[in-house]
Amino acid sequence: MEAIPLLKQLSEAEGIAGFEGPVRNLVREMWQPYVDEMHDGALGSLIALKKGAGPEPRPKAMLAAHMDEIGLMVTDLEDSFLRITRVGGTDRRVLLGLEVVVHGRRELPGVVATRPPHVLPKEERKKTVPWDKIFVDVGLPREDVEDLVSIGDLISIRREFSELKNRRVAGKALDDRACVAAITLALERLSRIEHAWDVLAVATAQEETGLKGALASAYGVAPDLAVALDVTFAEQPGVNDYGLFPLGGGPAIGLGPNFHPKLVERLKKVAKDREIPYQMDPIPGRSGTDAWAMQVTREGVPTALVSIPVRYMHQPVETLAAEDVERAGRLLAAFIGDSEASLLNEIAWEVGD
Amino acid sequence: MILKELSEAHGVSGNEGDVRSIVLDAVRDHVDGVRIDALGNLLTVKHGTDQDPMRVMLAAHMDEIGLMVVDHDDKGLLKVRAVGGIDARLLPGVRLAVGPDRIPGVIGIKPIHLVESDEMGKVTKVEKLMVDIGAKGKEEAQELAPLGTYATFATPYRELGPTVTGKAFDDRAGCAVLVELLRGDRFSFDLHGVFTVQEEVGLRGARVAAFAVDPDCAFALEGTIADDIPKEKDESPTTELGKGPAITVMDRSFIADRRLVRLLTGTAEELDIPYQIKQPGLGGTDAGVIHLAREGVPSATVAVPSRYIHSPAALLSLEDFDHTVRLMRESLSRLTRETLK
Repeated sequence: MEAIPLLKQLSEAEGIAGFEGPVRNLVREMWQPYVDEMHDGALGSLIALKKGAGPEPRPKAMLAAHMDEIGLMVTDLEDSFLRITRVGGTDRRVLLGLEVVVHGRRELPGVVATRPPHVLPKEERKKTVPWDKIFVDVGLPREDVEDLVSIGDLISIRREFSELKNRRVAGKALDDRACVAAITLALERLSRIEHAWDVLAVATAQEETGLKGALASAYGVAPDLAVALDVTFAEQPGVNDYGLFPLGGGPAIGLGPNFHPKLVERLKKVAKDREIPYQMDPIPGRSGTDAWAMQVTREGVPTALVSIPVRYMHQPVETLAAEDVERAGRLLAAFIGDSEASLLNEIAWEVGD
Repeated sequence: MILKELSEAHGVSGNEGDVRSIVLDAVRDHVDGVRIDALGNLLTVKHGTDQDPMRVMLAAHMDEIGLMVVDHDDKGLLKVRAVGGIDARLLPGVRLAVGPDRIPGVIGIKPIHLVESDEMGKVTKVEKLMVDIGAKGKEEAQELAPLGTYATFATPYRELGPTVTGKAFDDRAGCAVLVELLRGDRFSFDLHGVFTVQEEVGLRGARVAAFAVDPDCAFALEGTIADDIPKEKDESPTTELGKGPAITVMDRSFIADRRLVRLLTGTAEELDIPYQIKQPGLGGTDAGVIHLAREGVPSATVAVPSRYIHSPAALLSLEDFDHTVRLMRESLSRLTRETLK
């Protein structure tokens, strides 16, 4: 399976946090050939089971990547214009001049509006535009807008996926659909080999608004171990800090309190054995990913994080190297494939450890 | 609708060739003469029916604002500068088409997660932004997008119902109006339809074209500012969408010829064509140099109101567009030497 067509479909699909319907349907279709069962979680996650080959009861590994994306919501109508707020961490600095789709009584294409620079005092042109001066314009007369749009309607960002040079790609929502693609690639690989563990692949909902889908679905799945997949910051212009990863340098494996050290070691070993390039990502506390919620489910779950480096996070031009997505898929498949039923005992803490 | 093709064409100032080809194909069979001058202006003439016809110049500029590659960094990113009046506030997050092969490129900024709160309010200058085309190093970047490569917004033209959205309506809307006029019936006078270059970098093309045409009077056709979105203070909307063509009385570049303005408003009232007077003072057009050609040329500007000009996604009303074409056609058919006396 090719990574780039997967990434394109996933990136262009709609699915704002809490309203993941369209992207959930797409993921269900993508996973259908490779899994045994699927169901929708109460909060909107898609939970798929791919059975292991060993005798029951089999240990369960949960692989989670969130399918929701950030977006906008209508807060008021003003003349024929829509006032807006954000759903999740939408960055107002990248909204101006953006194409959007308003999910009103019907789908309304529109653009994000602000006043042209020609009419602004010089000082104002140097400032980013605050939320109360950003509108959405659907190009219809006031009466039509009042008929078709209500307060609370969602607004999706509309952005065509771009293939850049060197198999680098850019688009919206690659946070975290790139990782949904990686899980899809892993499921395809796993469909060709025998593996002892049950795999619970979960495309989680509502991550961007507080890790909600992962929390609820991890409770339902009750996994024996969990791996979250998310994006991390790639090296990019304008940022000089530690914890930035070169694009194309391979997936990053999280280190820190959110992650089970022995599980981390195991992932590193698998990567080394298969000669998959990887990087280490030290995270001193809250990881801000589904791993944070899954780790404290029920009696606690050994958890790890595999991240794909992305430039320009939360912007409609999130940029990544397709090979990093493929490597994450290979790493996950190899990790599951190499996991004996006894892995749990191996990573369990012993008294005195 | 030729506006779609024109809007999606690339023509940053100094690189108007693609737009010129489209216009040429559209008008060639409807005019009596075409030539391209030293700067790249496309000058057409459609002869009049009078024995001793007047010379009337109609100008619309083909160029649009954009970016130019000025350097490459070691990571393969492109350093760019603005060509024309680009609004740095709306560059972060844009998708670009770079160079003649339209290589996809993007501009991203520091992720919101890593931004200090006092940084959120500051606009990143164009000089500090980098264009990412996926190149892995300096050499590859230099090869793909050599110094001087132009980049423009990669925004598709889209119908929203009674309105349409797309890039470069300033001034492809004016170009489309002029194409429509050239494709119509002859007027009494010789119509010199001029598609100008380099308006956005200082009205360069129109200056030399007006000298060459040496018209008796002239009209600039524009896509102009509509600032009719909600705002706190009671400020003028400049022009409003849906209220018809905008007629300029005075802007930063010139004072319109009163007789031509009267011709336009009189025609509109006679025929019930909606029109609006653009708020005096703002903006400037090719008329700013045309009216100064040789010994001076009586000039006026008529524009299709457009929201969000100079942005990746401008928006105009097709009804305003049609009314602009009609107002121009009807006014021109009433234009005689008497009008200018």
